[in-house]
Amino acid sequence: MIPLDINGRRHNVDLPGDTPLLWTLRDQVGLTGTKFGCGMALCGACTVHVDGQAVRSCITPISSVASRKITTIEGIGADRVGKAVQAAWVDMGVPQCGYCQTGQIMSATALLKRQGKPTDAEIDEAMSGNICRCGTYVRIRAAIKQAALQQGGTR
Amino acid sequence: MNTPADERSVVLANVSRRRFLQGASALGGLVLAVGVPSTLRAADPPKYGADGMPNGWVDDPLAFVAIGEDGTVTIVCHRSEMGQGVRTSMPMIVADELEADWKRVRVRQATGDEKRYGNQDTDGSRSTRHFFDPMRRCGAAARTMLEGAAAARWKVPVSEVEAKNHEVVHRPTGRRAGYGSLARAAASQPVPSRETLRLKDPAQFRYIGKGELKLVDGQDIVTGKAQYGIDTRLDGMLYAVVARPPVYGGRMGSYDAAETLKVPGVVQVVRIESSPPPAEFNPLGGAAVVARNTWAAIQGRNALKIVWDDGPNASYDSTAFKATLEDAARKPGKVVRNDGDFDAGVAGAARRLEAEYYVPHLAHASMEPPAATVRIAQGKCEVWGCFQSPQATRDRVAKRLGMSAADVTVHVTLLGGGFGRKSKPDFAVEAAVVSKAMDGKPVKVTWTREDDLHHTYFHTVSVEHLEAGVDGQGKPVAWLHRSVAPTIFSTFVEGAKQEAALELGMGVINVPFAIPNVRIENPEATAHTRIGWFRSVSNIPHAFAVQSFVAELAAAAGRDPKDFLLEVIGPARQVSPLALGDTWNHGESPERYPVDTGRLRQVVETAAREAGWGKTLPKGRGLGIAAHYSFVSYVAAVVEVAVDDKGELTIPRVDVAVDCGASVNPERVRAQMQGACVMGVSVATLGEITFKGGRAEQDNFHAYEVTRMSGAPREIHVHVIPGDFSKPLGGVGEPGVPPIPPALCNAIFAATGKRIRRLPIRDQLKV
Repeated sequence: MIPLDINGRRHNVDLPGDTPLLWTLRDQVGLTGTKFGCGMALCGACTVHVDGQAVRSCITPISSVASRKITTIEGIGADRVGKAVQAAWVDMGVPQCGYCQTGQIMSATALLKRQGKPTDAEIDEAMSGNICRCGTYVRIRAAIKQAALQQGGTR
Repeated sequence: MNTPADERSVVLANVSRRRFLQGASALGGLVLAVGVPSTLRAADPPKYGADGMPNGWVDDPLAFVAIGEDGTVTIVCHRSEMGQGVRTSMPMIVADELEADWKRVRVRQATGDEKRYGNQDTDGSRSTRHFFDPMRRCGAAARTMLEGAAAARWKVPVSEVEAKNHEVVHRPTGRRAGYGSLARAAASQPVPSRETLRLKDPAQFRYIGKGELKLVDGQDIVTGKAQYGIDTRLDGMLYAVVARPPVYGGRMGSYDAAETLKVPGVVQVVRIESSPPPAEFNPLGGAAVVARNTWAAIQGRNALKIVWDDGPNASYDSTAFKATLEDAARKPGKVVRNDGDFDAGVAGAARRLEAEYYVPHLAHASMEPPAATVRIAQGKCEVWGCFQSPQATRDRVAKRLGMSAADVTVHVTLLGGGFGRKSKPDFAVEAAVVSKAMDGKPVKVTWTREDDLHHTYFHTVSVEHLEAGVDGQGKPVAWLHRSVAPTIFSTFVEGAKQEAALELGMGVINVPFAIPNVRIENPEATAHTRIGWFRSVSNIPHAFAVQSFVAELAAAAGRDPKDFLLEVIGPARQVSPLALGDTWNHGESPERYPVDTGRLRQVVETAAREAGWGKTLPKGRGLGIAAHYSFVSYVAAVVEVAVDDKGELTIPRVDVAVDCGASVNPERVRAQMQGACVMGVSVATLGEITFKGGRAEQDNFHAYEVTRMSGAPREIHVHVIPGDFSKPLGGVGEPGVPPIPPALCNAIFAATGKRIRRLPIRDQLKV
């Protein structure tokens, strides 16, 4: 049994320790908002927070995150910044198919939590690990800026 | 022949989604030999638009609208949502005519049932243009029924009542009744006849044309609640991944699952029978590893030992095939359009120019890979997944299971991108085969990214050979275009080697230029993998070649590329697609949808003006322009590039002008143009699937790169040409892609003097 703290709730998971957090969340715990896109940390669709840091859950074995604080898209709305990012996404009509957007929101929230007033270059740096095949990048950038503004950060 | 003739005819009826009738004439006797349904014989008068699609359209309000006694209006969306916004735009049309308050509208996704809902095949940029009128009539009919119920209740003439914002008002007395209170009585009102319906004056639209509504799924998407095909979870569900033959037409020889069955969580290995080419929508075959979770299934698959029998495509090699296509492109081929006399034109020309352009295979790489879940119990089968064509999914699953389609229910989830891939329900049939082998237990088949890149229905690979004779001013007087590419039809008809009417009608023959001598040829090409449609399809290579070549002619003439392009398009006029030899015209009537060079000119002029065409730019910067007619819409793009002294390319700005007729949801039109622009940049700069030993070589996003934020245009400005709702609508999802690669390469030429003729650009600019 591996104890996982997900969105403030404790889950004891009976899976091999090398099982990726992604599939544990999706298939075992039933939180499907974290998406599979590549399985190699190349696309960012599976991004979650572990102790506040954005990580790619598809290459994160559950043994490495036992008892650490895991936040998924289902829980990020409880965070002030996360909620502002979600609101900006809706307001600016960022999503097209929407599939990658949960990972985008997790990356954007992690960025804004460590850098409240990101420059364009910092946004590019933080977000270029997240692929959007629908091509919503100009709106993602604009929504991050709007969320930053709403949080009192501008540059 | 490996499938019975009746199955073949079903196959072909299905191809008719992309307008089989004209495609059949392009393939001639070959198709007729395998049996064409009598309704599709060429002697019949052609049907256009939604009329020409399988199961046409339905405008019955009882199928699409339900009103609860609490006043909640439920509107059915029968088209698949894959990012184009159809679950917002389509119900919005109904709600507007219904005078419903959008806040009290719920959207329900239809199951696959074309008899009930009309055509559901969500591709070809057709949803809005085919269903705008039927959805308006649905809403108007339901509104009329509510008005009838209110008038009956109040015993007043129906002419005295009026529906307004979720209630019916009796004008003389001001008496009101909410939709909820009228719902039951309205349901027993007769459905008014189509002819008696009173449609709104477009000036009275509340939602249509405004672009003010938020996406119906927006909140679910940003909170992780939205359900995609890959997210399906059922009690007792098993998880499967499939090892498929790596070469098209290959099959699984022997396999050893001993190590697989030792992997914790693996339950069973199931053989899936291969179907020999043509692939149609059949599974490729192989071995499915069934497990308690996806990760165990993947681990189990890694442990499988399989001996593959690769078959005749084992030698498919992209480098060699490029040379094969080039050889074909340098010899005469089947003439598919011939105006004037190209040879005489070129003989009398001041100068002759030629160029060849190459666009490789592409994979759709939707962020959600294909995924489907099937459960079979008590003689009924249920299917869940991300399907662009739910009816085809239903039919194929039923056929493979030997069931009646009536016993198969297809639930359509959100699609995490589609781009044409998810029109092909092979992945649902896989899940059905595996579920059946597991005694009907629910089984979800998930494709990994490697599966997706190795086994998609690839965008074709093509060589476009262009020649022109130009006069003393550099203006073309003779134009030859030889287009060589394996055809989509090779996936449906064994041995098809010629581009079909629908492919030629994507910017090869239907180029409305003011050039007197035009010859278009289509030499043969053989397919060695599954060819399918990819967002905007053959328009990609064709527009890349044509719009690059026009810019090359402009450069040779020392002329401004925008002015030159306008001159080649010629004066504003309406050209019948038939006069250009285009019998397809994206399935639309040649009278209702002529090629309008005035509209093409207008998007060119708009994009150029908005981009500040002619402005002075610093060294290493340049503007490029391109325009293309596709999906009965007109799009032009001006791309601004910056190329630094190391050859690093960035794109500061793109201006896109689109004329799709009137915009039902202009906010989503802009979104689609922005997204198409990024996909066009991705195609131009990075996209390439290569084959070696018959196998697709790219495994994942490190090798099959797609555009990321850092490589995307910094700004994309979309300029929507205002339209008129009394005129026919155009497509939106696809026509934004084709002008981008040539506009980008034309900009690179302006910035650096380097002409790109082979996509992707990748490191061709590196110094």
